[in-house]
Amino acid sequence: MPDGLWIRCEGCKSLVYKKKVEEKFFVCPECNFHFRISAAERIKIMLDADSFDEYWKEMSPVDPLNFKDRISYKDRVASEKKKTGLNEAATAGKGTIEGKEVMIVVTDPSFIMGSMGSVVGEKVTRAAEMALEQKLPIIIASGSGGGARMHEGAFSLMQMAKTSFILSRLHQAGLLFVSILTDPTLGGVMASYASQADIIVGEPGALVGFAGPRVIRETIKKTLPKGFQTTEFMLEHGFIDMIVERGKIKHELSKILEYCDANHSS
Amino acid sequence: MSKKTANLDDPIIELNERIKKLQDNPKQDDILTEIKELEEQKKSLLKKIYSNLSPYDIIQISRHHLRPPVSDYISFMVDDFIELHGDRSFGDDKAIITGIGKFGNQRAMIIGHQKGKTTKERIIYNFGMPNPEGYRKALHKMRLAEKFHLPVVTLIDTPGANPDIGAEERGQAHAIAVNIAEMSRLRTPIICIVIGEGGSGGALGIGVGDRFLILEYAYCSVISPEGCAAILWKSKDNAEDAANALKLTAKDLYEMGIVDEVIPEPLGAAHNSPKEMANTLKKNYYPLP
Repeated sequence: MPDGLWIRCEGCKSLVYKKKVEEKFFVCPECNFHFRISAAERIKIMLDADSFDEYWKEMSPVDPLNFKDRISYKDRVASEKKKTGLNEAATAGKGTIEGKEVMIVVTDPSFIMGSMGSVVGEKVTRAAEMALEQKLPIIIASGSGGGARMHEGAFSLMQMAKTSFILSRLHQAGLLFVSILTDPTLGGVMASYASQADIIVGEPGALVGFAGPRVIRETIKKTLPKGFQTTEFMLEHGFIDMIVERGKIKHELSKILEYCDANHSS
Repeated sequence: MSKKTANLDDPIIELNERIKKLQDNPKQDDILTEIKELEEQKKSLLKKIYSNLSPYDIIQISRHHLRPPVSDYISFMVDDFIELHGDRSFGDDKAIITGIGKFGNQRAMIIGHQKGKTTKERIIYNFGMPNPEGYRKALHKMRLAEKFHLPVVTLIDTPGANPDIGAEERGQAHAIAVNIAEMSRLRTPIICIVIGEGGSGGALGIGVGDRFLILEYAYCSVISPEGCAAILWKSKDNAEDAANALKLTAKDLYEMGIVDEVIPEPLGAAHNSPKEMANTLKKNYYPLP
């Protein structure tokens, strides 16, 4: 979210009063465009006030490949840390939604596009393990346009297998997993845990899919249809259960938690 | 088609209009008396019409354009409904609605055919004729229900599964077959209620469970009477003969032991008092026995 009293909406291009946008959970009051938000903001919107306990906060990426593109991965991580104040793209922990306890993981697209390296994979896995031990539901909100992080090579790729393995154990134990797809979620994250949930919820207008639109466009040398790879497109094609506006997400999650309560007796 | 069945409700509609006209007038004693008289007249007329119905009359009632569709039952019976979309493989079939909600304090997965009320809706819902992805969506949500120990309530109202090229390409028969097998295996209670048309395999694709109930003026058949007439009589004009021969009414089905129970409808059938119908269902047939 840029600085200043007024900001230009990326959806309808109109000038909107920033405070109004913030009050509406970072949604444009004119056109309902959902601005990208930080993991911290998202947690604040989804969980009960002051209920969030963050775990594994100090965990920070290493550079197993000694990777370098235009700049070294080490430098990239350092500058991303400085820019976001985060140690990694994923924030994980425990909290409550209208009083119901949940494990939660949120990936933040402002940290190397929310991509999944070893740390993101590890945090998802640990949160799922804790959910399994404590018989809690887990909610993962993805903003992972980067998919599996290139800079950690096959280590990133294998996070897809690692996270899927623990989440399938969670499924066998009868525990609830809700995946929330936010703008953008693509690649290895969509092709693993983000698609494996009992209930998949999308934010309006978010970009979701496997290959990114630029890659597809350059491969097939065609312009892509309007609305392609949006959450609305995914709903139409049967891949997500529902689209929920940010302002309503907390209550909808609360209802899902009530209906799909693994410890319910009836 | 017999003239009688096509205009079954006409005298009632006329009476309703007369009553409504009177109600618009300022309240005077003589007018109130007249309304009361007309209401009585309507009641006895309804009783007369509905005590002497042929199987094909019942078919017409089950297809009545005002007969409450599944969406009405959901809004009258279910609180805090969350619709869940998608089969996770091809598309979101709008001819089948699935979601979770509450009947009083009881949580349940609700699955039903969507027919719609307006012409626009009927086209969107493909007149309640599901595609394979509709049956696969239903199965996906029933498995979710099993996992979280939610009973499943299915509301059946379809002329049949969609007979078109795409449906065949995507395995219509296979989708229905898998559902029938899975519904007989699922470790959660399933209650199936035919609320309108129980059209063949298209009905059975969400119609196998622990209890199989049918509304008084609904039907369930291996084929539509029109389809049967076209094949065996070589003419659709014999639909009435086919309707008689097929023994497809709720009463027949109960007598043959096909359905567990017939749920009585209000006087003049469900479309005359949709709310009362929904209340009967909610009160007497839920929670599960």
